[in-house]
Amino acid sequence: MPKLYFDVAHTLAGSLVLLSFVMLYQRRLGALLNVLALHAAVLALSVAWQAHIQGAPHLYITAAIALLFKAIVVPMALRRMIVRLGIHREIETVTGIGLSMLAGIGLVALSMAVMLPVTAGADPVAREDIALALSVVLIGLLLMVTRRNAVSQVVGFMSLENGIVLAATGAQGMPLVVEISVAFSILIAFIVIGIFLFRIRERFDTVDVQALDRFRGERR
Amino acid sequence: MVLIGELAAQAAQMLLVLLVAPLLTGLVRKVKARLQRRRGPPLLQPYRDLRRLIGKEVVLAENASWLFRVVPYLVFSATWVAAALVPTFATGLLFSWTGDLIAIIALLATARFLLQLAALDIGTSFGGIGASRESLIASLAEPATIMIVFTIALIAGSTQLSHIAAFMGSEQVGLRVSLAFALVALVIVAIAENARIPVDNPATHLELTMVHEAMVLEYSGRHLAMIEAAASVKLLFHLSLIACIFFPFGLAQEGRDLLAYAAGAGLWLAKLAAGGVLLAMFETSIAKMRVFRVPGFLGAALMLGLLATLLLFISRSL
Repeated sequence: MPKLYFDVAHTLAGSLVLLSFVMLYQRRLGALLNVLALHAAVLALSVAWQAHIQGAPHLYITAAIALLFKAIVVPMALRRMIVRLGIHREIETVTGIGLSMLAGIGLVALSMAVMLPVTAGADPVAREDIALALSVVLIGLLLMVTRRNAVSQVVGFMSLENGIVLAATGAQGMPLVVEISVAFSILIAFIVIGIFLFRIRERFDTVDVQALDRFRGERR
Repeated sequence: MVLIGELAAQAAQMLLVLLVAPLLTGLVRKVKARLQRRRGPPLLQPYRDLRRLIGKEVVLAENASWLFRVVPYLVFSATWVAAALVPTFATGLLFSWTGDLIAIIALLATARFLLQLAALDIGTSFGGIGASRESLIASLAEPATIMIVFTIALIAGSTQLSHIAAFMGSEQVGLRVSLAFALVALVIVAIAENARIPVDNPATHLELTMVHEAMVLEYSGRHLAMIEAAASVKLLFHLSLIACIFFPFGLAQEGRDLLAYAAGAGLWLAKLAAGGVLLAMFETSIAKMRVFRVPGFLGAALMLGLLATLLLFISRSL
């Protein structure tokens, strides 16, 4: 029954967008990391469903990578990091959650307005997956732009990558090699960012990136 | 003959709504008390409260105008009519063809507006602060409700509640992520509209936090009874609305026999009880939020409503 296939894929991709919004809404770092783990878990489910629809067993490996690394390893590592940095109890002062939510809605509308006409001839499941994946990517970027804490920016980056994986699995026939290399480059990026975080912290006694602006003389 | 049957069903529903509403309030209070390891008031306490209030003398502020005296009755009747438009145990009620979801929202908004006017009328500072906070909540809750209505109307192809309930009960709905969003948004809006925790606490008179209670602080006697009854009916209305849109199983269809109606009514009561228990559990498990955090909470409902409509847009354009 093709209708059900579409509905489940739509539901999973829609929940991914919703979880991106939940991330935008969170102020506490710990809660943000929980949502990131959930985001990756839903992504894994979505990829597994795509594997089931497309009959592509290699996508199950992608799902397993998403579940193992993004839903378990990375959030746990980030949690240990914020505990070691001593910022796990901090509430980030994000200016204007309501405004960033509205901007997020605008981005979702934009990605639909762009993607739906462009992909007119494609398979419906791929179409809606790509439109929603673009909104997940854009909301991840928004998260990186609106947050001042470097850890939340990493979370934004991770959720952005989840969006890319969603788009890639929606399009049929992505080779496994590409997927694995993307996953590992993300992991390496994560390690590099982690090292940088500690360096920033050592030098400025904070992970608030506004301190960097001050250091460059852009803001008094 | 058919007309008489429909009229009887409609009248039965209106009476039933009125009779069951205080019981639901009592149930929520009882469950909350039990969860906090108190014994709590008996289930029938709200009825006794209402009877006692009706028997009491009305104390009016010196500068209260005629508006202050008529508002309780207007609020109560508007809420009651709104509750009468929701198919509780049977679809195809007589009144449901005269008003749809948008009319229901307008009725509730009218009730809220009147209550705010009355709160401002007597010129106390509590009335003013209550009215201003209530407008803050309403200005976010109503757009969210409208978005939810749009979502549901786009899916069901109608704003008529009987149509919607029949459509949702059928097989053709499928699995829709928009509906899940709309459900969550509607629950948030219902919590805010009924002045429940975490938006407002219906059981306290703490001046820093109260919203609804601040507005009705000056009411006494039968006026207060009307307001309390209206609040009970409103809670029942919201639970019935959620039940009829999202869990419409067991609704008696048009022109069935009495047995079907009775079964529908029984199921409706069960759904209400389940909703009441869930509400009490939710209220016990969460802390009241600061008034200035409420816009964020309701903004989430608005966002969900918008997102639901947008997602629907994609799945329809395919």
